[in-house]
Amino acid sequence: MLKPLGDSALLVQLGDKIDPAINQRVHALNALLQMNGIAGIVETVPAYCTLLIHYDPLKLTFNQVTHWVRDKLTQVDDSLNRKPRQLEVPTRYGGASGPDLETVAVSKGISAADVVRIHSEREYIIYMMGFTPGFPYLGTLDERLITPRLETPRTLVKAGTVAIAGSQTGIYPLDSPGGWHLIGWTPLKLFDPASESPFLFAPGDIIKFIPVEDDHA
Amino acid sequence: MLEVIDVSGLVTFQDSGRHGFASYGVPTSGPMDWFAYQAANSLVGNSVKAAVIEIGLGEAVFRAKRNCVLAVTGTGYEVLNYVWTFPLWTSFFVRAGWYVQLKKKSGGNWAYLAAAGGFEVDPILGSRSTYLRGGLGNAIRAGDVLHTGKPSRELLKLAAQNFPVEKYMAYSQAPVIEVIAGPQKERFTEAGYQTFLNSEYTLSTSFDRMGYRLEGNSISHSAGADLISEGMTMGSVQVPANGQPIVMMADAPTTGGYPKIANVAKSSLPLLAQCEAGVSKIRFKEMTVEEARNKYRKLCLECGLQSAL
Repeated sequence: MLKPLGDSALLVQLGDKIDPAINQRVHALNALLQMNGIAGIVETVPAYCTLLIHYDPLKLTFNQVTHWVRDKLTQVDDSLNRKPRQLEVPTRYGGASGPDLETVAVSKGISAADVVRIHSEREYIIYMMGFTPGFPYLGTLDERLITPRLETPRTLVKAGTVAIAGSQTGIYPLDSPGGWHLIGWTPLKLFDPASESPFLFAPGDIIKFIPVEDDHA
Repeated sequence: MLEVIDVSGLVTFQDSGRHGFASYGVPTSGPMDWFAYQAANSLVGNSVKAAVIEIGLGEAVFRAKRNCVLAVTGTGYEVLNYVWTFPLWTSFFVRAGWYVQLKKKSGGNWAYLAAAGGFEVDPILGSRSTYLRGGLGNAIRAGDVLHTGKPSRELLKLAAQNFPVEKYMAYSQAPVIEVIAGPQKERFTEAGYQTFLNSEYTLSTSFDRMGYRLEGNSISHSAGADLISEGMTMGSVQVPANGQPIVMMADAPTTGGYPKIANVAKSSLPLLAQCEAGVSKIRFKEMTVEEARNKYRKLCLECGLQSAL
């Protein structure tokens, strides 16, 4: 469960599948470790079912970090009650910035309006962030929308684009290449390096998409 | 203050790295060769986190606009200052108006140019390291004027210092890279793991600050090549379905979805970073996490290098 990743990181594995309950434990452990920090911990990276802890090997040994984490693991269930942040994402579905909405609808044998309704009616957890600065991996998508990635990724996807792939949905924070199906766009700025709080979201947050008409977005 | 006359290759500012935002998907960046980076700052009396210029796979010519003291470290370059050729791993005085040229030769990829006082760059997310893919900072271009801070001592006391690199870091194009077994070691067959440890790999020409693709005997998986994405570090050795290892480097994504067979020890990362595409013969050797830490600590202690974290 606790393994070294080289000589300056420790990987904590809390499960081996994409599962909201396992992921919540990851975020709970992360929060607990943040609140009870020790000198020499550089940063942590929560993912679906793991937490990676980067440490400074000039200040800490692998065994010291292991002891610290083991101790906190015994308390993690109590901190699971922490209420996650809930955030709304106004989204303009379809049109020029959601060019795959119709294709997804056709491939699933439902209407575009159904895709919008199904996509926006449930809450998603930010399982983890990665790929590019500020990109949230959100899940889990309703089974009726599960679609494989594009065979050929697009070379440019506009910042703010809402997309789906597999059992996940996400939002592109920067203009970047992308292999997901683009179904909408939000005017929210997910990543602004010059801002006091550069990231709109954090891992563990709960996201809900709110369909809006053109002129509101 | 330096004026950039000409550059080719990948020339960027780097400092000790961008820490604290990996959970938001921001790579650490920082130098490809941490040892050469730290030595360069140490030679000119800078703090351990000062920004330097990383010159990768190219050449650069600068002109001093004021008297300054510079140091160049790394491998695979030579330095021409005015009319003299200077060895790397030394600090030297540069008079206003003189040209300093870094010329590429064989034997490495990355050089570090430090100036006494450090380069003044506006930090982004707390760091002066350039991360081009994420739009954090820009590559250094001809015509740029690079400002430096106040040196820690009189210039003449900082010049003509020498860092005895050969005592500490055995840069080589046939290096033995020490690794710690990875968290997914059991996702490979025993034969596959032995293939990794007992064969020779070369660096593919498709390599950059993000990762080093290696080519050699294929490593066999025992449980498929798909992994639920999880955090990784510089030095993580991922093996995708084709069995050819990829070592994640300074600009590596914070997370990855291939099984990690091993992780390069910090003390070996500089050796790997300086391996040349198609030339180097790379071998791996396993060590424990304790052995790796002791070796890294000893290296830092002997060289008087502080923690840059």
